[in-house]
Amino acid sequence: MQFESFSEFLAMGGYGFYVWLSFGSCSAILLAIFISSLRDGYKLRDEVRAQMRREERIKQAKQQEQV
Amino acid sequence: MMNHSYWQLFISVYKKDVTLAFRQRSEIVNPLLFFLIVITLFPLAIGPEPALLTRMAPGIIWVAALLSTMLGLDKLFRDDFNDGSLEQLIASPYPLPLSVLAKVLAHWTTTGLPMVLMAPVFALLMNLEAQALSATVLTLLIGTPLLSFIGAIGAGLTVGLQKGGILMSLLVLPLYIPVLIFATSAIDTSSMSLAYGGQLAILGAMLAIACVCAPIAISSALKVSVN
Amino acid sequence: MWKWLHPYAKAERAYQLCNTLLPYFAVITLVCLVIGWVWGLAYAPADYQQKDSYRIIFIHVPSAILSMGAYSSMAIAAIIALVWQIRNAELAVISIAPVGAAMTAIALLTGAAWGKPMWGAWWVWDARLTSELILLFLYFGVLSLYHAFEDKKSAGRAACILAVVGVINLPIIHFSVEWWNTLHQGSTITKFDTSAIDPSMLWPLLINIVAFAGFVGLVTLIRLKNEIIQHEKHRPWVRELVGRGE
Repeated sequence: MQFESFSEFLAMGGYGFYVWLSFGSCSAILLAIFISSLRDGYKLRDEVRAQMRREERIKQAKQQEQV
Repeated sequence: MMNHSYWQLFISVYKKDVTLAFRQRSEIVNPLLFFLIVITLFPLAIGPEPALLTRMAPGIIWVAALLSTMLGLDKLFRDDFNDGSLEQLIASPYPLPLSVLAKVLAHWTTTGLPMVLMAPVFALLMNLEAQALSATVLTLLIGTPLLSFIGAIGAGLTVGLQKGGILMSLLVLPLYIPVLIFATSAIDTSSMSLAYGGQLAILGAMLAIACVCAPIAISSALKVSVN
Repeated sequence: MWKWLHPYAKAERAYQLCNTLLPYFAVITLVCLVIGWVWGLAYAPADYQQKDSYRIIFIHVPSAILSMGAYSSMAIAAIIALVWQIRNAELAVISIAPVGAAMTAIALLTGAAWGKPMWGAWWVWDARLTSELILLFLYFGVLSLYHAFEDKKSAGRAACILAVVGVINLPIIHFSVEWWNTLHQGSTITKFDTSAIDPSMLWPLLINIVAFAGFVGLVTLIRLKNEIIQHEKHRPWVRELVGRGE
């Protein structure tokens, strides 16, 4: 461990602002693209499911018409 | 026989585009006027001190040339795309890169060449020294066809899109950076009375590569856009 | 090798491959990222010259390497897509581009935050910064071209052509910019044997590079899965898959 205390760790020898700024923005971007990729996937799967249900309903309605 | 007809195809495509441009004179005059106006804006914006203008002249002239080349690029394939003759060119048995080469050269003749010819006059406006004048003309002479070639790739990619114009500038401008760097550095070097053959040689090499590679890239871009 | 590779041109097989690879990438990324950041931030010794501000290197260098690595892999995928007409390669191009753009953005942001205390300015027109910025423009060009097309089939092909044109231009841009102006410090770890960097700093840096590479792979796989589903959503296998709740 290079730092004596937690406040020293935060201060980063006077460069705290720059170090935490870059690590902060980095994690923000990484998280943002990761989460948005996952969310896109869930949304897409929901859309496909909705489409499947719709086709199922149409099929059923057509069958009822025939009956 | 076959060689002869390839040559004929090249000439006829080239002639058609140049004749069309000369009939609608605005296509030739507008980029030139734009070139002049952009150059006029800079002294107004940064101040009229002659020393400052001399220092910034190469950059300003080149940025203006770059922007006015962009202006004509959108029309390069647009009209042919709209009236269907682009499809004819693609469907014809002749190699598409050849007709594309003719079209790009026609574009350069109608937008790049007038700029090269007018550059000495505009350079006077920017208080450019006499020794830098020849460098300006030479870099423009080698550089503007290069701009047409690279720009035509972007134009080919975006010709099928409704609002392709802005997107095309976004795609093409980053690719223009090497041309800008070497051209302005050639002019800078020449205004210090040093030899600028090296930069010109690099520009020439880039032009040679673009001559060979760009028509292929443009043709595949056009094929994507048309179908 | 072709016999082995060829089935992956089929969307279903590619999707399954993504699923197999995903957990490995996820574990590697998570483990390396945690180790790399804790080691880099807390345990690596301070630089004698740049003090603690040098710790930004642990994200700046990996993201810069990966921004270029992602572009080259995108270009390779684009060439494969254009030459062999493989749809999955096109989808891969579109999946890599946003991740590469993110890496480039991180490299630029962290570079700015490092430049302020070291050079006294957030931004200097130095060669590497400028070419990194142009790289970001190229990524944006590929992405916006893809999204501009209504028809996703020609969108993919157009994006591939642009990616290939970009990769031919990239070295030219890089060397022209380098030649134009150089202020940036030389590479730190180009040669491993005569490395200018102490092992106590090199190890966390290497771990971070692995972590970022893993992250690029991970997110690319997730996005590639999405793209495959998007393009094959009328196929029975996708329906079955989605119906199972996967």
